[in-house]
Amino acid sequence: MTAPSHRSFDTAVPLEAPQDLVGFEASHSLAAIAVRRRLPFGLVLSFVFVAFLIAASIAPSLFTHFDPLVGDFSEGLKPPGWAHLFGTDRLGRDVFARTVFGTRYSLLIGFGGVAVGLGAGIVLGIIAGQRNRILDEAVSRLFDMLSSFPGVLLAMLIVTFLGQGMLNIAIAVGIAGIPKFGRVVRAQTQLIRDADYVTQAAIYGLSRWQVFIRHVLPNVLVAIPIIATVYIGSTILIVSGLSFLGLGPQPPTPEWGVMLAESRDVLRVAWWPGVFPGLAITATVIAFSVIGNHLQQRFEGRLA
Amino acid sequence: MWSRIVSRLFTSLVVAWASVTATFLALHALPGRIQDILAGDVEYPGLREAIAAEWGLDRSLPEQYVEFLSRILRGDFGTSYVLRQPVIEVVGSQLLPTVELALTAGVLAIVIAGFIALLTAGRGRFSRELTSFVELVFASTPVFWLGILLLMAFSFNLRWFPVSGAEGWNSLVLPAITLALPTAGLLTQVLREAMEKTLDQPFVTTVRSRGVGELVIRWRHVLRHALLPAVTLGGWLIGGLLGGAVITEKVFGRPGLGTVTLGAVLTHDVPVVLTVVLLAAFIHVAASTLLDILYVLIDPRLRAQ
Repeated sequence: MTAPSHRSFDTAVPLEAPQDLVGFEASHSLAAIAVRRRLPFGLVLSFVFVAFLIAASIAPSLFTHFDPLVGDFSEGLKPPGWAHLFGTDRLGRDVFARTVFGTRYSLLIGFGGVAVGLGAGIVLGIIAGQRNRILDEAVSRLFDMLSSFPGVLLAMLIVTFLGQGMLNIAIAVGIAGIPKFGRVVRAQTQLIRDADYVTQAAIYGLSRWQVFIRHVLPNVLVAIPIIATVYIGSTILIVSGLSFLGLGPQPPTPEWGVMLAESRDVLRVAWWPGVFPGLAITATVIAFSVIGNHLQQRFEGRLA
Repeated sequence: MWSRIVSRLFTSLVVAWASVTATFLALHALPGRIQDILAGDVEYPGLREAIAAEWGLDRSLPEQYVEFLSRILRGDFGTSYVLRQPVIEVVGSQLLPTVELALTAGVLAIVIAGFIALLTAGRGRFSRELTSFVELVFASTPVFWLGILLLMAFSFNLRWFPVSGAEGWNSLVLPAITLALPTAGLLTQVLREAMEKTLDQPFVTTVRSRGVGELVIRWRHVLRHALLPAVTLGGWLIGGLLGGAVITEKVFGRPGLGTVTLGAVLTHDVPVVLTVVLLAAFIHVAASTLLDILYVLIDPRLRAQ
């Protein structure tokens, strides 16, 4: 199943005409490039947001001077204000600091999950994409079987076997995602396998193995970053659900799902601990989806 | 037509069999003794021996496998050693609230998606951009966060609905909306795009030239065509609802399968988790098979092939 595309971010970016050197001086700032290429506002915003996310996960202390784990009890449950941008939680910890420090957990587990699922999906998808009906049938049924388990429940089963923790939910989400990735890679492999230039290479007398290594494999692999970007958002979404259930990182880790689970106890008196981490998840997922869809539309059909 | 239906049924049986086999293989592939894996976090004298006897662990692997298959065919999913109860009783007693929640949310999601798609497909640029943005937001919102927001607004502030529990219809409203909205977000995207494709077809122009009103065209002619891609999402929809129900139940403190499963995951009660996962897979396979067959019966183009 391909991800449904979001029409509002329709961005048929025209191929650049050769740069005329006169205009080059004035147009090399990022904003100018965005305007010149007629990139939609939402896409630019998403790129900027993701850049901030990456910065926040590498160096969170650049954005806040509060400690995400240690709070001041006398400052407990203070509403958002100048001192505490997102307010404080029950233990007096700064919610903004916790949200910023939480970025790395969501991104790390999300990317880890995609890496596991995509790694297995690449191998299986390429096997299924060869001209071998029996192999194709076997691997495709394997995907059917795996995808007949609802993702969240399958991930819960794997966590039961492996135990709770960050690495284990990344593995669990990755395994649950194998059919999704595998099917995309299979389709991509078939597309390239049947492309004219691959047929040509075979006509020139390259062996099947040479054709595969020199032509099919590299052209399947260039699509991988795009596939990863398209699915990173939905993976982060599932991961946050599992950590909300208490299956991933444990308190006091400032992970977004964990923070939201903790916020449920104070909802009656304080809204802010239950709002900002969720906003962070949603904004992250939206930003990655927008970028993923843009890449997908831009490169659609051009990789074959 | 019949060969198509029979082959579809056959494929589903293969998939169901494969999922049972996979769980069997997974149990045996795990490091450690199966007795210890199945026991979970409990220990009482004679437990390991009882498990070995119940699962026939002294026999050969093929024998165990045949026994495993035949037990599942008979509806015997073993014993939860943590709860000291047959698994099927544990799961059966909690099935109803979850099915109630998932079904209500599913119907709600389909109604919302159909309504929005009917009204907005192929309309002006502004309304389309607005709806596609709203769809994106809902499809990107975690179920549990939506639940927390609704709890905050309608239970704690307005006090319209109870904070937790599963008594009476008004305890179902917020969980159902919570579970339905993200699903509706994705479903609307697919349905709307399918409708927009159909709206471009020549037969729509023909119908329009007969002077048929726009809403009638959409309801009677376009929606029917657009349903095909949406129906293929049926299986995914059911899987998503079952998985989402687990999380929604946790947010609203609702009893149900989710609460049981979560408890079982935390106490490593493998027989219970295994059963829930297998049942969910069976429901998923059965429902998507049914939808596919239904579609062959409905769509004359598929019948002809």
